Amino acid sequence: MHGTFDGYKPGAAYDEMFEGATSRAPYAGLHDAFEDLSEVDLKSRVDALAASYLDQGVTFDIGGEERAFPLDILPRVIEPDAWARVDVGVQQRVKALELFLADVYDAGRAFEDGVIPRSVITTSSHYHRAAASIAPPNGVRVHVSGIDLIRDADGEFRVLEDNVRVPSGVSYVMTNRRAISGALPESFARHRIRSVAAYPQRLLAALRAAAPAGVSDPTVVVLTPGVYNGAYFEHALLARRMGVELVEGRDLVCRRGRVMMRTTQGLAQVHVIYRRVDDEFLDPVHFRGDSMLGCPGLVNAARAGNVTLANAIGNGVADDKLVYTYMPDLIRYYLSEEPVLRNVDTWRCGEPDHLEEVLDRLDELVLKPVDGSGGKGIVIGPAAAVAELDELRGKILEDPRSWIAQPVVQLSTVPTYVGGKMAPRHVDLRPFAVNDGQKVWVLPGGLTRVALAEGELIVNSSRGGGSKDTWVLSGHAAEVDVLPAKPREPITPSPQSAGPSLQMSNQQQQQEQAFAPDTTTTGVSGQEDGAC
Amino acid sequence: MLSRIAESLFWIGRYVERAEDTARILDVQLQLMLEDSSIDEDTTCRTLLSIMGVEAADDKPVTSRAVLDLLAYDVNSSASIAATLAAARESARRARETLSEPLWEAINTTWRAIPSGRFRTLRPPTVFGWVRDRAALVNGTADATMTRDEGWQFLVLGRSIERADMTARLVATAALASSGSVTAWTSTLRACGGYEAFLRTYRGLETDREAAEFLLLDRLFPRSVVHSLSRAELCLENLESGGQRAGFQNDAQRLLGRTRADLEYRALSDVVADLPAEMERLQQTCAAATEAVSRRYFAGAEATEWQGGRV
Repeated sequence: MHGTFDGYKPGAAYDEMFEGATSRAPYAGLHDAFEDLSEVDLKSRVDALAASYLDQGVTFDIGGEERAFPLDILPRVIEPDAWARVDVGVQQRVKALELFLADVYDAGRAFEDGVIPRSVITTSSHYHRAAASIAPPNGVRVHVSGIDLIRDADGEFRVLEDNVRVPSGVSYVMTNRRAISGALPESFARHRIRSVAAYPQRLLAALRAAAPAGVSDPTVVVLTPGVYNGAYFEHALLARRMGVELVEGRDLVCRRGRVMMRTTQGLAQVHVIYRRVDDEFLDPVHFRGDSMLGCPGLVNAARAGNVTLANAIGNGVADDKLVYTYMPDLIRYYLSEEPVLRNVDTWRCGEPDHLEEVLDRLDELVLKPVDGSGGKGIVIGPAAAVAELDELRGKILEDPRSWIAQPVVQLSTVPTYVGGKMAPRHVDLRPFAVNDGQKVWVLPGGLTRVALAEGELIVNSSRGGGSKDTWVLSGHAAEVDVLPAKPREPITPSPQSAGPSLQMSNQQQQQEQAFAPDTTTTGVSGQEDGAC
Repeated sequence: MLSRIAESLFWIGRYVERAEDTARILDVQLQLMLEDSSIDEDTTCRTLLSIMGVEAADDKPVTSRAVLDLLAYDVNSSASIAATLAAARESARRARETLSEPLWEAINTTWRAIPSGRFRTLRPPTVFGWVRDRAALVNGTADATMTRDEGWQFLVLGRSIERADMTARLVATAALASSGSVTAWTSTLRACGGYEAFLRTYRGLETDREAAEFLLLDRLFPRSVVHSLSRAELCLENLESGGQRAGFQNDAQRLLGRTRADLEYRALSDVVADLPAEMERLQQTCAAATEAVSRRYFAGAEATEWQGGRV
């Protein structure tokens, strides 16, 4: 009798299903179910899964070509205790991010108190002064967030990056669940899995709660760059499940500080826009003048308090990978708590002593550009050629502020069906959180992305990654202790000159835009994919 | 609803109907060419292409093989069934959040046969049957799952205008084919799925005049021109809120109503005297009505003009 997992060898990384040759407790049920499947049966289920996605049109676009999003047959299982930690940790992180953004666009107490140098913010290309004049009606700027986590060699969840601009992928969480329940009905029935179906309603409730003051029955819309955007499928799905209009920039028009949409019955006012278009493309009056994806006047309407943009403009400063390195301190500072989920160790190339160490160990570290997304520009030292490292060295020396370095973290692995058998593949996890102003709600599960190539550590779909259904088992979880913060060592601002004044950096941005290539058609939404 | 979405739905209705009717017309014409060896292939093919609004190359004879490519298989020929189904799917993708899930899947799975190459492997007459089946599936799914809101009205409006237009083309091909041999009308009626209904209605009296009357004027047969025009009028009436005491606000309604009344009240001999020219006029009406609908309901969707980016 052939077993599905015969010859399965976990690598050096933490394998979530196997400890040596035995399966870990949460996976016991799946292990037995899969072990009993014949090769033919397994293959037919895999094929049916792929066909169902093509029929439903569950796709993402790469360079204008629609592709089915690869979904692996074996789900990833997270036990109640581990999930409870993630849940609390993500909530804590989102609360801190909210406070941080409110602070950045207001008094800047954290700079005064020496928690984070002001220059980190003023040199960030995602800092928009326009955001400072927009007061979010219910105080929420991060309506939706996707906090990317990985599981390190000890099996501990750690934060890899924060996505609070336009995180995407939640639609696949919903479609994956439906497809897998069809492909593995027996296993599905045997586990108690927490549902993911509530997401659209939670999102809608949060969007309605964010409506401008005095609007009792707000009109909510989803703003998409259009059908050629990689995440169009998701935009359409969310609009459909929330029962709201999916609009493009050309459907909107601003009149007297109000945003209207063009309907068959004339113009109708819009109160809340869940926008899936990046800041830079949102409003040609304020940002890129060549953008055709937004609507002229949006920012002014938001400033006048007649429309709410979700997520808020200018959230990108919190996504900055340099800010990421200060997040643990910011959590201690704003919440007086110790971080529940730790960061991955990080060096800031902008700091001279860090820079020296990084340049010494370039061939064993992972180098990331601070504002890159979708795995763009990442160099994995051990895998890079000498020439590539030399080029990288030049780039870092030219602009140290733009780079951070991390050790090569061995992402955990989960068995994945590749080439007719099960083999270990690296995964990450993007839990989604919705903030309605009262509570941060974390979707139980999230998107597990899996790198389909052997040993590949970058899991982005743009790099040919796939996904897995993520099962959070229901059950009684132990309480998560959140420890009070230890006293903080105030940082001394590094002796380098402070960043240029805001006016200068704004002008510089405009300069850069003047030379920017003319991209007028389909918008590239960043963050439609996080980095590894 | 959004103007852009309304427009998409209108065109889904049109494209699905167009694919189906193109299949019906091809089915009849190819059958005729097979059955009747006296027919000159080149002339018939050219006629067919011109009625379908496709330019044919002058330098070499046109074969039925080439017609099949131009009107069925070739995605790059805009009049082909393949291109039409792709256009329907593209419209559906743009209006995806307003379509019911089963309706989207029906349209999407139909289209998938084209890039996957399966569509090309289907040979006549199987392929025509397949297109008819898929159109029936799409229409049936829409009928069973769509709420009767504005979106539905636009879908049916598009379908009805297209059907009037295509039935006119079908009648024109029949009138031209073998200058009115009985077989041409019989096949045409069969292509509409109305042959038995016709025989019952006219008690087996088969003349081309009766057949033309049936296809043009029968108020109860769903594929007749008059029935389709009435249906389109009804949709426009439903879209217009607030009854008017006199006249019509809506140009499209006026155009369609006038043409329908004209067909119904003129002497039949007058109408069938020059069928091709008559049908040509009908097609022009459909085009003008479409334009009027666009102006009235979709104009809001025109591209934003933003001058700020220019230096």
